[in-house]
Amino acid sequence: MAAIITFAEQRDGKLRRPSLEAVSEARRLSGGLSASVEVVLIGSGVSGLAGELAAYGADKVHLFDQPELAQYATEVYARALAQAIGESQAGLVLIPYTAMGKDLAPRVAAKVGAGLASDCVALALSGGRVEARRPMYAGKAYATLSFEGDCQMASLRPNVFALGVPDPSRQAEVVNRTVDTACRARVVGVEATASGKLELTEAQIVVSAGRGIKGPEHFQLVEALAQVMGAAVGASRAVVDAGWVDHHFQVGQTGKTVSPTLYIACGISGAIQHLAGMSSSKVIVAINRDADAPIFKVADYGIVGDLFEVVPKLTEAARAHFAAKG
Amino acid sequence: MKIAVCVKQVPDTETRIKIAADGRGIVDSDVNWVVSPYDEFAIEEALRIKEAKGGEVVLLSLGPERVVTAIRSGLAMGADSAVHLQDPLFEAADASGVARALAAALKGVGADLVLMGQQGVGGDHSQTPGRVAEILDLPQVSMAVKIELGEGKARVERETEGGREVWETSLPAVISAQKGLNEPRYASLKGIMAAKKKPVETKDAAALGLTAAELAPKTRVKVMELPPARQAVRMIEGDPAQQAQELLRALHQDAKVI
Repeated sequence: MAAIITFAEQRDGKLRRPSLEAVSEARRLSGGLSASVEVVLIGSGVSGLAGELAAYGADKVHLFDQPELAQYATEVYARALAQAIGESQAGLVLIPYTAMGKDLAPRVAAKVGAGLASDCVALALSGGRVEARRPMYAGKAYATLSFEGDCQMASLRPNVFALGVPDPSRQAEVVNRTVDTACRARVVGVEATASGKLELTEAQIVVSAGRGIKGPEHFQLVEALAQVMGAAVGASRAVVDAGWVDHHFQVGQTGKTVSPTLYIACGISGAIQHLAGMSSSKVIVAINRDADAPIFKVADYGIVGDLFEVVPKLTEAARAHFAAKG
Repeated sequence: MKIAVCVKQVPDTETRIKIAADGRGIVDSDVNWVVSPYDEFAIEEALRIKEAKGGEVVLLSLGPERVVTAIRSGLAMGADSAVHLQDPLFEAADASGVARALAAALKGVGADLVLMGQQGVGGDHSQTPGRVAEILDLPQVSMAVKIELGEGKARVERETEGGREVWETSLPAVISAQKGLNEPRYASLKGIMAAKKKPVETKDAAALGLTAAELAPKTRVKVMELPPARQAVRMIEGDPAQQAQELLRALHQDAKVI
């Protein structure tokens, strides 16, 4: 295989962690495929990010740096990626399964005539070809897919693929490219949610509240715990549907899929719709009054108790723990 | 205004999944099939646009005989007509082939706007909107939580990790629906009765001018399996203060995650 191409998503001139996970995975697979690792970086004034991509394993960076590329546009970004895939005859293309990647990957796949495996949680090699593992049916089954044709594409679930150890001495060849920026659908405005809040899908620790929280006025209990632990806050569908918090907090099948190192479910019963969004978390803690709640079936650690008593104690203990740890 | 809505029939989320004997799919005989929830948002949005601006709503659904039930559900909500794409070649297709078939059928419909769910619940591939848009050379906006139509264009809001983006697109366009777009209506008894008389046209690959080569899958399921069993839960006993202490100790010393 000539090359593996990954798409580097940047926002406000910073590389998103899932982009670095994709480069790390490409580096890991490159030996077995005898392929170079090439990264497509698109934006305006983003050339400075090439060094970080090199450190994580890029041999070559296809840099599309034009003022019109500051804002994501599906048609233009897809055109740029397809151009780079064609030029380097990439046999494997990796794209983070973020809001942007989810929008972009299928369009690129159709453009280059490739098969695409979405939301993958593992990639493996078999006879010089790639096999992709992905959850289906709300995580109640896992499919391993193989590809037909010369170009294989996979989008990668954030927070699942291990980040490589960056080597600052690594160098990448930077190739300047340009793309036609004509498009019919474009972003005309961006409304950022409260800044400084950790993004759920990228957080290493997530603390979530379910119906057991009883009302929006008690949400601060989990927020306090999250703050002490440096965690992002999530919620179950019941809490969102009740109108207690906004939809962007929702973890589950009709919300976000998270794979943190640690997931703490407070007062969440564990309906299949919720499990679909968090069962790939590495360690799961469940706090629930009902010892028979289904959440305990997927949990690693369980506490049967009243979250109104347990969570404040946990916040207190966590504060002491992190203070001692420095 | 003519609006086309692509509808997928999927297993009810509560369905117990059993792996088929060949280990490459699921047993679909005991499955309770429903309209994918995201597609219901798309149908609802199409009906609201029709009610506000006039026009017609055409449903497209690909699948075996059983998907007629999903089509009738959408017609009962208020859609005007439907196209059922049915062919053994479609059954063997992956996301690439499904998109080709839908795109070919959409060409025949000639819609001003194409709506569909941002992903089909179950398969969760989330590929059809982008692939269809590319094949038809149309602009796309995905995961819409708000759609406002203007003259020959649409203003669409979508959620991203950082917040909310406002997009503007010319029409025709492909727009995919995310939760939050609207609250889908329930079909009325009158709607259910009326749905039985609404026209449903069936088309196969030949009728769409598609060959087996064009529909050939680009991905294949090699293995389908149940998720690996998780380790049994360790219940932590004691009063809340002791439970909190022990949990933190275990997370730090045993699981090593904090």
